[in-house]
Amino acid sequence: MAKTLYNEPSPLETLVISRNFRKEGSETLDGYLANDGFKAFLKAREMTPEAIIEEVKTSALRGRGGAGFPTGLKWSFVPRTSPKPKYIVINADESEPGTCKDRLLMEYDPHQLIEGILIAGLAMDAHKGYIYIRGEYRFIIEHMNRAIEEAYKRGYLGKNIAGTGFDFDLYTHSGAGAYECGEETALLDSLEGKRGVPRMKPPFPAVAGAWACPTLLNNVETFATIPAIIRDGGAAYAALGVPKSGGTRLLCISGHVNKPGVYEVPLGYPMMKAINEIAGGMRGGRKLKAVVPGGSSCPILRADECDVPMDYDSIAKIGSMMGSGGMVVLDETTDMVKFALRIMRFYAHESCGWCIPCREGTTWLRKILQRFDDGGGRKDDVRVLGEVSKNMLGRTFCALGDAAAMPTISIVEKFSEDFDKRLAMQGSGLVTING
Amino acid sequence: MTFSPQLEERFAKMLQSYPEGKKRSAVVPMLIYAQDEIGAVTPELIEEVAKRCEVSSLQVDEVVGYYSMLHRKPQGKFHVQVCTSISCMLVGGTELYDQACKKLGVGHKQTTADGLFSLEEVECMGACSWAPAVEVNYDFHHNVSPEKFDALIDGLRKAQ
Repeated sequence: MAKTLYNEPSPLETLVISRNFRKEGSETLDGYLANDGFKAFLKAREMTPEAIIEEVKTSALRGRGGAGFPTGLKWSFVPRTSPKPKYIVINADESEPGTCKDRLLMEYDPHQLIEGILIAGLAMDAHKGYIYIRGEYRFIIEHMNRAIEEAYKRGYLGKNIAGTGFDFDLYTHSGAGAYECGEETALLDSLEGKRGVPRMKPPFPAVAGAWACPTLLNNVETFATIPAIIRDGGAAYAALGVPKSGGTRLLCISGHVNKPGVYEVPLGYPMMKAINEIAGGMRGGRKLKAVVPGGSSCPILRADECDVPMDYDSIAKIGSMMGSGGMVVLDETTDMVKFALRIMRFYAHESCGWCIPCREGTTWLRKILQRFDDGGGRKDDVRVLGEVSKNMLGRTFCALGDAAAMPTISIVEKFSEDFDKRLAMQGSGLVTING
Repeated sequence: MTFSPQLEERFAKMLQSYPEGKKRSAVVPMLIYAQDEIGAVTPELIEEVAKRCEVSSLQVDEVVGYYSMLHRKPQGKFHVQVCTSISCMLVGGTELYDQACKKLGVGHKQTTADGLFSLEEVECMGACSWAPAVEVNYDFHHNVSPEKFDALIDGLRKAQ
């Protein structure tokens, strides 16, 4: 039953949400039904909303979009008995550099996602859902539309789903290129047809989200995990991981490794084992220099910090984040000045401009890093970069400001020798202002 | 303004998908799908989307500058997007972009004289584990080596 995937699987994976990926016809409803499809929905239909939420809490599932907030707790914040309509919004904006997993969940197992959304609908007493998919993923939007159409035709969406009396409508909604729209409140503004600018919180989306109604908003992977949790039980799912970081997650490994790819691993999996065994070790036998553990916004880790289990709390303990699962591996040849500049070019481009510390901070950081990289570095630059970044932290509506500041602070603090080396080269006349 | 029957059908469905009185939600998707058909976000398109979504044309106009995929001028028949974001940069994305500039003879957001190709250096497009990545219109190309890139462009040119 071999199927060509984007990358070869690894025998070291623990397959839960990606267990159907390699099966023929996994993207069809029949393929899904042949693999326990919609059994979890039927089971959830017999449960009370409280019991469903309790099961999700037991699973110790934490949001797979980046922030890692406990999913069950988030679900409990939505006022289910509100007389207003409730909405389920699925974040498929997938735009954190280093992250490429949600597209696989939609491409290879779209009905698993649909089932997860339906179970959330049961738990929230919600009857409408919107999958917000980044515009660049047009083929995924069309693919998801086909899956949705098939589910409607076969009675797994629409009125009286699978004869249970539960109604649910599901739609895709295309973005049009904006990292900021991955932030949940900016996403909601974008869904409402506006510029994707973050909202003041509170109120949180749980209370006043899409069209000012109670809204449950989670990442694709989070929803795709729900069927397994209901089917096998929250406790069984939690046991795959470590305390407070339940289950498995998709790890997107990229950069200087022999076998980059998306792999499913249990939470708490050793980072060095992921690099050396799952991803086949460092390319060309070179030495590891650094790892970005969960997408470009996470503080970078030096090689000597990477002997760590990959779960939310262990990574937090060493000052970084599990983020979106986008793990970027850097070898000794990487120039950290260039790397920091490339990250900052991204954030300066993507800052929505709403908050001044982010808009001005990212732009000035980019300018300083660009000048430095062009050969016009000054002795004081490392200090200034750190200081400007620290002044952005916590001073913006959304996390984009922090997302730009955190990697920069960690790079200038942990890799100041890369900056010093460049300054020394400048002094020796090896580099001129224009490079 | 009217669109192809397929697009009209998509729009009819789309306007139904949002809650009563919330047609404004269709603004961004309508713009991007229509742009694909007519080539650019023209003043007429802005008027048309405003009418269909029951908002002012200014409310449509103001989103155009925000979203990087919306553009007021037509692009080449093949819009070549080369990612140079971190994962791609580490495995040759920057060099691939330089190669694309030379090969096509144009720079960032420029179009070739014959209108066949336009080029854009883009931010992360979600293909990090199969980098470097290139997207031509909506088709993804993964693990793009310099040779693969040349063959891709030559193939598109030849198909004309």
